[in-house]
Parts: sequence; structure tokens; C-alpha cells
Amino acid sequence: MGDEKVKIVDATGSFCPGPLMELIAGLKDAEIGDVLELLSSDKGSAADVPEWVGKVGHEMLGSEERDGVWHIRVRKVK
Amino acid sequence: MAERLSLLCVSGTREKIQMAAMTAATAAVGGTEVLVFLSMNTLGYFVRGDTRKAPAEGEIGELMEEKNVPPFRRLFEQAKDLGGAQLYACSMALDVLGIDEDHLEPFIDGPMGLTRFLSDAAGGRILVF
Repeated sequence: MGDEKVKIVDATGSFCPGPLMELIAGLKDAEIGDVLELLSSDKGSAADVPEWVGKVGHEMLGSEERDGVWHIRVRKVK
Repeated sequence: MAERLSLLCVSGTREKIQMAAMTAATAAVGGTEVLVFLSMNTLGYFVRGDTRKAPAEGEIGELMEEKNVPPFRRLFEQAKDLGGAQLYACSMALDVLGIDEDHLEPFIDGPMGLTRFLSDAAGGRILVF
């Protein structure tokens, strides 16, 4: 996983549902199999984004908080 | 068959328009068929070139102004672009405002009458903002 190319979507400073929308816009432009890492300082989005990912069928690779910023990694699968 | 959610937007206040826009965008990108009907005091904010900020009703609305909250116009546009939401302007409100559909924001699909809205919304959930 460490050598995988990851596209960063920086939505820090934005509020719900801004980070989710930024991620979706990023996924729209991505290829199937690409990994995107969403950076969000919005706590609500940290819970909401994985919910959306599961609902629409992309792959959640992980979510971790570092210094008040959530790093949410998602693989586009369709 | 996808779930259908219809939003009847009538308020001109920041909190209500923001909540409607958040709901439209979030539902649409989650696979729900979203229909938005903009009428009464909401509609004026979707006339092309209108950049007014909707007045806050209370504390949250005032705080939203200071923070980096996604603007409601952008959220409605994303509901359409990213989630396929349909957004219509109430034909009665257009008549009252004295504007035609060519003067609406480009992401508005066009005018719609209340009869058609109720017909299209039938069988699904309707939320009023």
C-alpha cells in the first residue's frame, strides 16, 4: 500500500458536506482502481464520508486522524 | 427503483436554504432521485447574477457566514452535476418576480408548475424548507 500512487483531495477548512463533495468530484475524474486520500478537518465528515463510500460501493481503505485532520483513503471501484 | 426525495423550498433565510442545499446534494450523491422546487422567497437567490447573502435567522446562520461553509448555490449545483438532481423554478414565483427562465442560473432546469411538481413527487417523500 505504501508505494501506491495516491491522489490527495485537500478539503481542510471546509464544512459538511463540502469534503464529501470534493471527494466525489475527485472520484469522478479518477480511473477505476485509483486511490484518493481526502483530507478533512470536519469531524462530521469523518463519519459521513465512510458511510457514503459504503453505500455507493467504493472501497474504504482507512481513516486516521493526525493533528486534527482526518486522512480518509478510498479506492474507486466502479 | 431508486428512492425519490422532493424538496419544496420556500424560505429566504440562510439556515433553511443551506439545509435544503445540503440535503439535496447529500441525498443525490447517495443515489436518491432528487427533485428540487424553488419557490417563494428562495427563488430570487437563483436569478442569474444574484449574489445576495440570505439573512441569518439565528446564531448558526451568523456563524456559517464566518466559517468556510460551502455556499448553497454551489451545493445545489453539485447536487445536479455530481448526483443528477433536478432543479426547477416555480412558474408562479417567476411570474410574480417578473423574470423569465432565461434569467435563471444555468444549473436550474427550467420552470415548473405546482401541479407537475406534486405529480412528479407523488409516492416519494417531500420535505419543505
